[in-house]
Amino acid sequence: MAQIKLSNLRHSYFPTPKGPEDYALKEIDVTWRDGGAYALLGPSGCGKSTLLNIISGLLTPSEGQILFDGQDVTDLPPDRRNIAQVFQFPVIYDTMTVGENLAFPLKNRGVDSATIKRRVDEIAEMLDVADMLDIRASGLSPDNKQKISMGRGLVRDDVNAVMFDEPLTVIDPHLKWKLRSKLKELHQRVKATMIYVTHDQTEALTFADEVVVMQEGEVVQIGTPVELFERPQHTFVGHFIGSPGMNVLPCETNGDRAVFEGHEVILEGPTQGEGGRTDLGIRPEYVDFGDTGIPAHVTKVSDIGRHYVVSAMVGNTALKAVTEHDVPEPGSQVFLQFKPEHSRVYRDGWIATEERAQ
Amino acid sequence: MRTENQKAWFFVLPVLALVAFNALVPMMTVVNYSVQETFGNNQFFWEGLGWFEQILRSDRFQAALGRQFLFTALILIIEVPLGIIVALSMPRKGFWVPVCLVLMALPMLIPWNVVGSMWNIFTLPQIGLLGYFLNDVLGVNYDMTQQPISAWITVVVMDVWHWTSLVVLLCYAGLVSIPDAYYQAAKIDGASPWSVFRYIQLPKMKTVLTIAVLLRFMDSFNIYTEPFVLTGGGPGNSTTLLSIDLVKIALGQFDLGPAAAMSLIYFAITLLVSWVFYTLMTKDDAQ
Repeated sequence: MAQIKLSNLRHSYFPTPKGPEDYALKEIDVTWRDGGAYALLGPSGCGKSTLLNIISGLLTPSEGQILFDGQDVTDLPPDRRNIAQVFQFPVIYDTMTVGENLAFPLKNRGVDSATIKRRVDEIAEMLDVADMLDIRASGLSPDNKQKISMGRGLVRDDVNAVMFDEPLTVIDPHLKWKLRSKLKELHQRVKATMIYVTHDQTEALTFADEVVVMQEGEVVQIGTPVELFERPQHTFVGHFIGSPGMNVLPCETNGDRAVFEGHEVILEGPTQGEGGRTDLGIRPEYVDFGDTGIPAHVTKVSDIGRHYVVSAMVGNTALKAVTEHDVPEPGSQVFLQFKPEHSRVYRDGWIATEERAQ
Repeated sequence: MRTENQKAWFFVLPVLALVAFNALVPMMTVVNYSVQETFGNNQFFWEGLGWFEQILRSDRFQAALGRQFLFTALILIIEVPLGIIVALSMPRKGFWVPVCLVLMALPMLIPWNVVGSMWNIFTLPQIGLLGYFLNDVLGVNYDMTQQPISAWITVVVMDVWHWTSLVVLLCYAGLVSIPDAYYQAAKIDGASPWSVFRYIQLPKMKTVLTIAVLLRFMDSFNIYTEPFVLTGGGPGNSTTLLSIDLVKIALGQFDLGPAAAMSLIYFAITLLVSWVFYTLMTKDDAQ
């Protein structure tokens, strides 16, 4: 178990990168505390798997260092880093039994057979596969296979970190939820640092204490699920997290006000900086209907179970609002009110308003 | 009750007719010959199982069968491991992949009798490049037209040259289908190169390897053209394999009855051994 520090990490798949666009990872600088549960969240191709492979040692970064508890492991091969990795598709040694699969990493490291047996039994019990130890692993269902590949990582008691590379991709929906809570439970029991790569916000937000949102090789924001939701640092985070995502509306700024389609909106605080493209960011959850406010024309209402998503037009700009009751009719005129403490201005994508002191 | 639609069988009929016409009917004429004696004029006399008994008891058949098993065993023992080793050492990606694949496929593209002629000219003592080199440069006493051992070595090496590629290409196909994650997981699990081979590569190659072994068994067991062109079965009878002997009896001596009986025995052995191989190599999957 270890604290993981990535220092000025950059990686390019080209031997001689020319500009920033040649880098799959641009300047990563983060520290993950020992025993934490982290998620790397981002769309396909954002560099999250590259980052994971660099941490596990399957890739050597072009620049920068990886430190486990302050010790530089940048040039160490995967088997000397004491990490475990669970892949997208379950990796199982087909010819072995479940028990032999679990014992394999220990056997390779020359652990004595009594310890192997004790650890294998312990892990099998933890994963609810104790009754399967003697059957051939090739015949298992995908979720059990994925459990076994997880078990092969957990069976070593010296693991610094366990990494998950979209581990639930091939699992049936109704088992995803079960396996995810199993993961959470395991994290509480073994207390290893866990890093979970996914493009699914639900998986990331339910698993992790802290989520690292990535886009185009950059870390856009690191924060708890609540922070990511309540105060996105970038329009990308706002849009990527939440369902539906944050409304990003082109606007002008005027001190602590934004002017959107000719209507003034009170912001959470004064706006910093100048120039660039400015957008007003507000989550659909914080758009209310009232008797006064910004006039809008309702175009569509979708019932998504717990609440309704109302699509509306203000002038030529489309936006969404979420409501639980008082649902307007499609085609009707309504007045929208934006909650000031959740209305922010983003300049060139990055947050530009200051949080008002409480 | 489940009602089954039997109409699907009609779709199989054309194939059945085709197979009957090109395989079953010719085969039945062989069966016909194998139980009768003929002196020409389309006159036949019932012989029963006499020819079978005669063939099975004859020293000549037993010797040819022995040579055939020895040849096939040597071929499998050499070509299968060699093919696996070559496949493992071939590059998985990059510029050299197509180059290697084409080089590997080349020997298989050469017609069988051309292979025989090539190796004949290549290995003739005094004239052939290899024959000359071995005898006059290295001073090895090598003459495949006179010495049985030299002839055997030449026939086996020729087959290895011609057909190892088949094993290589099949194994290679099996190897490239293994996802990278397996190798990465093995690295993390601290597996040795031998463990990677034993627990990842070999199991994943198993299906194609079964096909490779079956094909190489059947082809080498039925081999005719190449050794016939190279040595003609000689010196003496030393490289007279089963099919060469069969052709001698059928077309050389025109003993149609014994030749037919021998063909059926030959066929039965090929079928039986193939079945044994297949059953042994796939028995784990059934569990």
